[in-house]
Amino acid sequence: MKIDRQTLGFWIVLLGLIILVQVLVSIGILSPFWETLLKIGAVMSIVSLGLNLIYGFNGQFSLGQWGFYAIGAYAAADVTYRWAQMKNASGLMVLSLVVLLVGVALFLIAKLVSRMRGLDPLSAFALYIIGVLIAAYIGVQLGILLIIPVTQALSALPPNLAMQIVYLLAVLLGGFLAAEVSYLFGLPVLTLGSDYFGIATLGFTIIVKVLLDNSDTLLGFEEMKGARGMVGIPKTTSWLWVAIFLILVIILLRNLLHSSHGRAIISVREDEIAAKAMGIDVAQQKTFAFVLGSFLAGLAGGLYAHINGFLHPNTFNFIKSFDPMIIVVFGGLGSVSGTIMAAFTWALVLEGFLRILLPAGFETWRFVVYPLFLLVMMLLRPQGLFGGFEFPYLRQVLPKPYVPRTQEQISLVHAVEDASEGD
Amino acid sequence: MTTQTSVATLQPNKTDGHPLLDIQGLTKEFGGLKAVNNFDISIYRGELVGLIGPNGAGKTTVFNLITGIYGATAGSIRYKDTQLIGLQPHEITRLGIARTFQNIRLFPTLTVLDNVRIAYHTHAGYSTFDAITHNRHYQKAEKELTEKAQEFLSVFNLHTRQGEIAKNLPYGEQRRLEIARALAASPELLLLDEPAAGMNPKEVASLMDLIHFIRERFKLTILLIEHQMRVVMGICERITVMDFGEVIARGTPEEIQNNEKVIEAYLGRGAAALSQKLQEKRSHVAGS
Repeated sequence: MKIDRQTLGFWIVLLGLIILVQVLVSIGILSPFWETLLKIGAVMSIVSLGLNLIYGFNGQFSLGQWGFYAIGAYAAADVTYRWAQMKNASGLMVLSLVVLLVGVALFLIAKLVSRMRGLDPLSAFALYIIGVLIAAYIGVQLGILLIIPVTQALSALPPNLAMQIVYLLAVLLGGFLAAEVSYLFGLPVLTLGSDYFGIATLGFTIIVKVLLDNSDTLLGFEEMKGARGMVGIPKTTSWLWVAIFLILVIILLRNLLHSSHGRAIISVREDEIAAKAMGIDVAQQKTFAFVLGSFLAGLAGGLYAHINGFLHPNTFNFIKSFDPMIIVVFGGLGSVSGTIMAAFTWALVLEGFLRILLPAGFETWRFVVYPLFLLVMMLLRPQGLFGGFEFPYLRQVLPKPYVPRTQEQISLVHAVEDASEGD
Repeated sequence: MTTQTSVATLQPNKTDGHPLLDIQGLTKEFGGLKAVNNFDISIYRGELVGLIGPNGAGKTTVFNLITGIYGATAGSIRYKDTQLIGLQPHEITRLGIARTFQNIRLFPTLTVLDNVRIAYHTHAGYSTFDAITHNRHYQKAEKELTEKAQEFLSVFNLHTRQGEIAKNLPYGEQRRLEIARALAASPELLLLDEPAAGMNPKEVASLMDLIHFIRERFKLTILLIEHQMRVVMGICERITVMDFGEVIARGTPEEIQNNEKVIEAYLGRGAAALSQKLQEKRSHVAGS
């Protein structure tokens, strides 16, 4: 594969920045406060990129991103908490088997449903729920069986390495769990029009928050401590981890969007009826974008949980669910570069500089400042800071102009040119 | 004139006796309104059939029923050996039926090239995994797909504008792009919904030439909706006329032109009588 100079430049700058931050952190110039903010910026980039896929590229107005973020955060935190504090792999094994079996169940049921024509959506949904519940139950039981051998195997490794492995798996599992929940949630809800979909997803975020408030009593996870907040999560998310995840997510999205599948996702935003008439399965594209976007939210949640080592349901309040929305709109709907820049700006300027510059009590004013920013933005630059701009690597490259090659193609072009001369 | 020769050479292939599209007793009710009532039509391979009628006659509703955007209240639509009623729009497109829209529906903020490439998605031939990894399979398939899309554009003399945003194109080119996009879905049956709407007579003439050209080149069967009588008279072999959701006449352009019911539907009863009187007068003058 040939790499052009601009793409090379993009990668050099990006990797250079990441290494620079790491060096500054290592020699102590960058204080932990700013390091945390940079990590949060990267995490918000991932959440917002997921939302941009759903809203900016697929055109589905969703406020549910924060709910999936919460699911990913708490799921991953529970896995590493059990490993770090309770010295067993119970969280890891139960969650991985549940995620695996539920995934298999969803896949099989989807195949079954697509074969049964004319099944009404509610019956199909009931089928999914039953299948998922059975799969989850079997997953829990199998997971419990595997706890002891896996705990022993992991304990044999150096403790630091074992922690990193558990952490990495936990973050990925958080993402997959969020993706599976979003698939189930999307089944009935994605058929709604965009506005109704937005309201339904807002409801989802509120439900998740309320469940987390009562996680110790209602859900039975003692260690999550409900509304008191979960403490004791290992602080394993380093700058390098978030940077690696961010780079992988950027590559994933860029490659997807520059393919036929990405264009199919975008066509749904452009004109649903035309997309259908062009043979695009609109329902499938919506589900795909929603599940992938939620996966990214869950992934980011897992990363976030291990930054401060502390989680509180108020972090996942629905008011905060507008944060990724603000970032996406600020950066520009349908702009990957814009989203990343806006996420870092949001973290460094709004959470960082303003907190230092403005007197204490600014938090109360934040929700006056954000909407004002947004208002000015919408008036002056409705397409977002970056509009359609993308960095070189992320930019869509137009193929070379058409040169007819075969004799038939050449004669065709000549014929058309002759015919259109009369225009 | 290319137009007339191609009409003569392309006789509908009725030898096998099976219509490509066979609609029987198609009915669509919106509440109490019968938008389409007991509509029948059979289209054979290679034909160019016109569907005309005054505003609100139910022509576009027939298109929406064929392409699955509306569900039918009653009746049957058979395409080859498949019953289309109950299928999803994208499934119908994949069977080989593509359409254009009365009020152009492009993907407005995408480039001309991407508009066509989206329609080629079902033939892209690589998986999501290939797309995410940009592996060799993707590279090859994407290159072929792009070249194919550019070839479609070249048929419509749009290949020089591949990078332009679709909504910025002039009206006539948007129309052409919409047809190019429909062809990229690789149809056997093409449904054109008022392709000449808003065009001046010169543009209409070149559009009609274009329709003939693509029909021969892509071996298409075409069902054409038109509001203006003049347009269809020149190019269609058979015409079906609708009014108030029902078929009021069928036949060759000559038969339709002199059909009383059709004139009445288009001009109203009084005007129809007047035109008849005028015709009688003319023939009287000619006779004497």
